[in-house]
Amino acid sequence: MDINDLRSLFTVLAFIAFIGIVWWAYSDRRKATYDEAAMLPLDDDSPFVPSGPQVTKNQERKSS
Amino acid sequence: MQSQATYNYKVVRQFAVMTVIWGIVGMLVGVIIAAQLVWPELNVHEFLSYGRLRPLHTNAVIFAFGGCALFATSYYAVQRTSHAPLFAPGLAAFTFWGWQLIIVLAALSLPLGFTSGKEYAELEWPIDILITVVWVSYAVVFFGTIMKRTVSHIYVANWFFGGFILTVAVLHLVNSAAVPVMAAGILTPKSYSAYAGVQDAMIQWWYGHNAVGFFLTAGFLGMMYYFVPKQAGRPVYSYRLSVVHFWALIFTYMWAGPHHLHYTALPDWTQSVGMIFSLILLAPSWGGMINGIMTLSGAWHKLRDDPILKFMITSLSFYGMSTFEGPMMSIKTVNALSHYTDWTVGHVHSGALGWVAMISIGSIYYLLPRLFGKPEMHSKKAIEVHFWIATIGVVLYIASMWIAGVMQGLMWRATNVDGTLTYSFVESVKATYPFWTIRLLGGLLFLAGMIIMAWNMFLTMAGGKAVNAPVLAPAAAH
Repeated sequence: MDINDLRSLFTVLAFIAFIGIVWWAYSDRRKATYDEAAMLPLDDDSPFVPSGPQVTKNQERKSS
Repeated sequence: MQSQATYNYKVVRQFAVMTVIWGIVGMLVGVIIAAQLVWPELNVHEFLSYGRLRPLHTNAVIFAFGGCALFATSYYAVQRTSHAPLFAPGLAAFTFWGWQLIIVLAALSLPLGFTSGKEYAELEWPIDILITVVWVSYAVVFFGTIMKRTVSHIYVANWFFGGFILTVAVLHLVNSAAVPVMAAGILTPKSYSAYAGVQDAMIQWWYGHNAVGFFLTAGFLGMMYYFVPKQAGRPVYSYRLSVVHFWALIFTYMWAGPHHLHYTALPDWTQSVGMIFSLILLAPSWGGMINGIMTLSGAWHKLRDDPILKFMITSLSFYGMSTFEGPMMSIKTVNALSHYTDWTVGHVHSGALGWVAMISIGSIYYLLPRLFGKPEMHSKKAIEVHFWIATIGVVLYIASMWIAGVMQGLMWRATNVDGTLTYSFVESVKATYPFWTIRLLGGLLFLAGMIIMAWNMFLTMAGGKAVNAPVLAPAAAH
């Protein structure tokens, strides 16, 4: 096995890793987390008024 | 409850204002060199000659205008989506002043003739060291803010900004490795690359293309993923697509560089690998573009009367156009026609003016009133005028360069029956004059739009007071 076989192997492993990421991102388990994450920029409508002490699930998880 | 704490908007304000100022400076230099191509007698002095002003133009628009826009928007987005003020505010202030010093040093040293001769990395080694120090500080501030976030998730825009910061650090360090010249026992600002021959060329274009891929794409995609949802008032179309978009770009962009060296001394297989990865890049690029544009799905009516959204959505259309054109130009047989012609220049500006500048302009218009305590920009009408002037400018620019480029490529390859060249090089130069004139007009229009933006910005700032918004309910408030 020479260095070029290792290089080919790395390419294949990188490809498998990428497929894994796609599978993981599209798994149903991620849906709720992503829906919540997508709202992160929109949580704060007014730039001047604090949005009050509402705590989202996102924050709860971090603090617990 | 920590309601007293506010976000650090000061550094965002400084970078946002300088984005507009450096945008005007960089584009003005662009207009000057475009005019020098039409009227060569405008090369009045060696300091102001085309060869010295051209790197000044590229450095000013990419690193001064684009760089300030990236600093401003990333500092703003990372604080707000992390629900935490910037980490190390003193270091953040240092990144501002350090970056401005680098820009001023570039603006002095390039016309004076100090250059390492590497495209988009012309600055000599003392400035390169300063860039490294500022960039590492930027990384500390950015990733430090992410670490002290009070929400669990790291929003996707921050992934793009983070990828951009990390990769640019690696690119800069590797490509700028150089040996300074000693003269009479004293270090001079002159240096020579640590690499030689085709390795030097490959490292340069590994750097060059990833400067496009990470500085001019990943960073501005971070901007897109924060400011398009904000301005549209809707979450991004598909969050999972944004995750796949991020990783697909990371996995493929690194390998596309060799397409800058088709038909050179670079091994043939390396050229082919570069071409294949460039073709694959079409998929993530278009995935990202669709994700951005479809964020407006169900709210298309907003485009009718929101000029800021027009800037953003048009920028995504240009992103789609140039990321289709790029893979096509990386195909070796197409490249045989397009390489070294003005087609390349048109392609770059379709990305730089259409995508990078327009998404930055839209994001800065979003930011300015919020940073200066105003409900909106001084004149919405002026934003609308800016949008149309800029769009017409880009279209004139890229259409003229397409025609000029294809014409040049065809003239250079034309042969007579006896095998001699049909045209001398200077005949192709002569035939290009009308298109250079149209390009100058396009550039002038785009510059005029930026001047309108500056007027609008200063009137928005006048009478406004600098505000720092309170930090959003942290977890501790529960």
